[in-house]
Order: sequence, then C-alpha cells, then structure tokens
Amino acid sequence: MSSSLESVLDTVRLIDPDGSPVPPDRYPSDRYAIPADADLVARYRSMVLGRRINDQASALTRQGRLAVYPSSHGQEACQVAAAAALRPGDWLFPTYRDTVAVMERGVDPVEILTWLKGDRHCAYDPLEHHVAPQTTPLATQLLHAVGVAHAGRLQGQDVVAMALCGDGATSEGDFHEALNFAAVFRAPVVFLVQNNKYAISVPLSRQTAAPSLAHKGVGYGVPAVLVDGNDVAALDAVLREAVAHAAAGGRPVLVEADTYRVQAHTNADDPTRYRTEAEVEEWRPRDPIARLRTYLRARGALDDAQEATITAEAEALAATVRDGVSHGPAPDPDDLFEHVFSAMTPQLRAQRDLLREELVAEGADR
Amino acid sequence: MTKMTMVGALNAALRDAMVEDPRVVVFGEDVGPLGGVFRVTDGLTAEFGEDRCFDTPLAESGIVGMAIGMAMNGMRPVVEMQFDAFAYPAFEQVASHLAKIGNRTHGKVRLPVVVRIPYGGGIGGVEHHCDSSEAYYAHTPGLTVVTPATNEDAYGLLRAAIAGSDPVIFFEPKKQYFTKEEVDVTADVPPIGRAVVRREGTDATLIAYGPAVPVALAAAEQAQREGRSLAVVDVRSIVPFDDATVTAAVRATGRAVVVAEAQGFASVASEIVARVTEQCFHHLAAPVRRVTGFDIPFPPPKLERHHLPSVNRILDTVDELQWDES
Repeated sequence: MSSSLESVLDTVRLIDPDGSPVPPDRYPSDRYAIPADADLVARYRSMVLGRRINDQASALTRQGRLAVYPSSHGQEACQVAAAAALRPGDWLFPTYRDTVAVMERGVDPVEILTWLKGDRHCAYDPLEHHVAPQTTPLATQLLHAVGVAHAGRLQGQDVVAMALCGDGATSEGDFHEALNFAAVFRAPVVFLVQNNKYAISVPLSRQTAAPSLAHKGVGYGVPAVLVDGNDVAALDAVLREAVAHAAAGGRPVLVEADTYRVQAHTNADDPTRYRTEAEVEEWRPRDPIARLRTYLRARGALDDAQEATITAEAEALAATVRDGVSHGPAPDPDDLFEHVFSAMTPQLRAQRDLLREELVAEGADR
Repeated sequence: MTKMTMVGALNAALRDAMVEDPRVVVFGEDVGPLGGVFRVTDGLTAEFGEDRCFDTPLAESGIVGMAIGMAMNGMRPVVEMQFDAFAYPAFEQVASHLAKIGNRTHGKVRLPVVVRIPYGGGIGGVEHHCDSSEAYYAHTPGLTVVTPATNEDAYGLLRAAIAGSDPVIFFEPKKQYFTKEEVDVTADVPPIGRAVVRREGTDATLIAYGPAVPVALAAAEQAQREGRSLAVVDVRSIVPFDDATVTAAVRATGRAVVVAEAQGFASVASEIVARVTEQCFHHLAAPVRRVTGFDIPFPPPKLERHHLPSVNRILDTVDELQWDES
C-alpha cells in the first residue's frame, strides 16, 4: 500500500439512515465498497448484543449495583466496527464509554464492568487481550497507543493500535501530541474519534471552530477520513482500510465518526439542562441498528429466525452480566497495598498490617 | 576506579544498560546527535543508532505517554526531561498513569520507565531551570523517587533504576554534573531504598539528599573544626524511604537537622522530620529542625545564594538544638 492515503473530508456513508444503500456514485471516494452481507450480519449481531449490554448496565446503575455507567447507546456501530477492524494481536485503547468495543475484542463483560461495580480499577488482563485499561483522563491513552505501536515497529511486530476518544478529547493537548508523535515516528495507530457532539454538557461548537475534527489530521500530516458514525457498513470499510494502511506503511490514520450521544453522559447526568428533546429526536431515526436491520432485511440477509436467535443470545448475555455483577467475591482489602509497587515497601507493609488489625477488631466487635 | 564527572557516570550507566539489554531505549528533547543539553546522552545515538536513542517532538506529556506505551509493549524507556520545571506538562501522564497502571491492573502491567530530571539550583540558571520538584512525585503513590549525591551513586542508582520493574523518577543534582570524583563502575549496584551514612558523628545528625549532601558534608567538616561532631546521612532513595538507616543515625546522636534545597512547606524535608519524630521521640534531645529553601519561587540567579541551604545556615540551626538544656 502506498505510504500516502488521501484524506476524505466529505462524509463516507454507504447505507442511508432509512436503510437503503447509497448509490456508489454518491460515495465521496471510490476507494470504498459496501461490506459483504455475512460481515454485516456479524456486525448486526454484535450491535444488538452491545445495545443489550449498554441498556442492562444502565439498568444496573438504577438498581445501585453499578456506581455509574457511561453508555454508548446509539454509538454501537463505532464500537463494534472499531473492534472488528483489528486483527488478532492488534491493540485497542478504549475510554470509559467503550465497554462494547472492549467486549467485542473478547473480554468478559462482567470483568469489564468490575471497575464500575467498585471492586477494582481494571479486572481484565490488558496484556492477554491487548486491550488497555479503559481510560478516564481524556486523550491520555492516545499516547500510550503511539508507544505500543512505536515499540511494535522497533521490535519488528506486525501490530496496529486502535485508539479511541471522543470529541471533547480533541481539545486536550495529549490528542495533538499523540497525532504528532504518531506522524513523526510513523507509528501504526488508527485514531478513531467518536464525535457524539457532547462532552458531558458542552457542545461541539465549544470544542472547535474547525470545519470537522477530521481536519485536525491535516496539520499533522495524518490522513483523515470523515465517516457516518451510525453507518456500520461505512465504518467497517473505513476502519479496515485504516488498519491495513497503518499495518502496511506503519503510518497513522485519523478517523472521525459522526455520531450522537442519544442518552445522558452517565446516569448521574441531566441532559435536559443543556439540550432540547427536539434535537435528540432528530437523531433517533438515524439509529445504527435499525438502519442496518432494514438494509439486511430488504436484501433477505436477515430473517426472523436469525433475529430470534440473536435476541435470545442478547438476553442470555444480559442475564450473565446481571448475575456476575450482582454476585462474586468481595474485594480483598490486602489488594490495596499489594500492587502499588512490584515489591511492597516496608511502609506499605506496616499500613497493610494496621488495616488487618483494624479489620480483626471490627470483626470481633460484631 | 576511574575519575569521572556525574555526567560521565550517568552516560556510562546508560551506555552499559543499553549494551546489556536491547529493550533499553533513550529518548527526549535534544538527546540524539547533540547528546543532551548537559551531554548525558553523548554518543549514544552514534553508538546504538536512531532506534535506541532519539529526539522527540518538543512535548513532555508526549514523551512520557509514549514511554508508557512502549513499556506496555515490552521495552524499557529511559526518558529525559530537559529541566525540572519543563517536566510539568508531563505530570498528568506521570501521576495518573505511570504511577498507577501497575496498581490499576493488579500488577499485570508493570512499567519499567525511568524519567530523568536534572533538578535544583546553584548553577545561576534563569527561572524554570532550578526547581526542586521532588515532593510532587514523592507524594504520588507508585513512583520510586531517587536522587544520587555522588558520581558513583549516579552510575549505580541509574543502573538499578533501569533494571527494576517499577517507574522511577530519577532526580539528578545538576549543580554537581561537572564535578569530578572517583567512580567504581564495577562496584555492586546499590539497592534502591537504602540510605547511606556518608560521615560518622556523635553530636547531631544531618539528613540530606541530592545537592544538599555536599553542603551538609561541608557543614560537618566545618563543625569538626569548631569542636562538634556531626553525622551525615544521604537519603538517596526518597521513595521507598529507608526509615531504618535514618532513624538509627538519629538515635545515635539524639539531635537531627534535615537539609534540602526545596522550599520547606509540605516538603520531603517535612516528611522526614515527621517520620523521625514519630519513630525517635524518646531519643531526641531537641526538636528535629529543617534547613530548606524559603517558601518562595526559585530566585533569580543573583539572589539564589540567599535561598539555598548554606554551611552557615546549617551550623546556626545545629547551634539551636538546645545544647544547654541537655
């Protein structure tokens, strides 16, 4: 593949919001083609499971079983396409909102949700899955992705890092440093910005005056593509191309996915204070799952039996998550001290022993 | 034994570590062909190539963030912050990730990253070139914080820092960079976490680290001429802190003064006073005192001598350790 990939700053869309295929003469670039039905059925299944987990996790916050849940409801196309574009061994760098993408990379959803349950900060093994811990400080993980990719290049690995962030994160310095470092070091990183239009309450217009977030790639010499973030077919085509380009030329790509956060930032947020219901209503017909379903049904690629199977699978997964989040061993207070350093310092050992004594006394008092 | 500067000792440590372990990479600002503004990385790019020692874009958060990722993927980055105050843009990466990813992942992901920071004054530097910022890092759980006071320790502690499993903030007392001392690079690498008694004494104990150690030793020398015997302990490792060595040295004399360049309020010196007081109270003949910088931004060059701990200020403080009452 050539070392230069031409930027596409007009939105790539392959399926219209009403589910009809976009005529290829309306594609902004002839590089893209609509994925095969089998791939899209797989994406459909993943989105349905992802939606179910999003909604299940939100329900668990209302029951007090999860402290908080930042849902990607409505952004499932970005979630599943990001994960599906990666090859075995590639890395994913997710944010707190990217539970579904992490799940799509094969991590057990109960393990993913453990940090929101309050038991420990990151329960899955990042090295086993090549999935970094879900990162809360915005844009910071993008630099880690550059480091993993650069180290991969230095060590002769065929590895691409997919780094996720939102529109708010593009205002952080680390976003710019990451794009710049990746470009300068030719690190194979795909940056996927899920532009869901809000950083908690602050709208996109307060984050940037640029024509698009994809334009930010231009200044760093990073090819950029703007894609309809609710069209999983377009995301699939764009992200697969980006991963292939990064892998072949060892160069980064920036992808902006135009999507929308139809729900609150988290269960603790009140979006009625900063946006109108009418605005949200405009986005509901653009739902990524309904769009793909209409497309696949019209083509005869998805029938009632398949849908029933997927629904049953989603319900079973939700039950597993409900059960897993509600049960399981209590976290061990010794863990507080165990991993601060690779070898416990004498001071931490003394503090651990103090807590142990307190807990013994507490037990005796009961 | 070889006579070398601290810069030479640090350079030798980097070089030897790179020879020994291909996972060790060095990067930062001007560390490539120039060899660093202080020449600590001199010759490394020429010897090991661009992939092992390289310049980065001028962005400290980027440097530390990339180092974290490289460590996640099996390498051992040693990065240079050009000056103490220029490390602040990297603080989020240091405090939120470098220090905590090991803990966050229950030890699954260890980050053997060394962040080298030339620090302290005494070089006539303009603003932003003379900070003593160790307290910020020492206050952050998960960071090992060390600072050599001798050229031999500069070599040995840097080798130990690179060879370890945890992130290390490595503070280099830049005013000592070009002082020549005998260095035995074949000596056993000192374990991180051990203080060392630099000078025995019987009347009072000076506790110092980094650039304050030579000042404390000079004060002890002067005190000897004036008939008072001062011990000097070099902390070397701020985190983990060697309570055993420090408190034993204080118990032996019953009096202690902590000497450090950083401003004293909420400082490492304050922490040492608290620890010594908590652990040695019944052995103390006087309150433990501090000689530190004033609680001011680092002064302009023509005024810095008033700010830095001096032999006289140390000896005046020692004089105030309630000698008449014992």
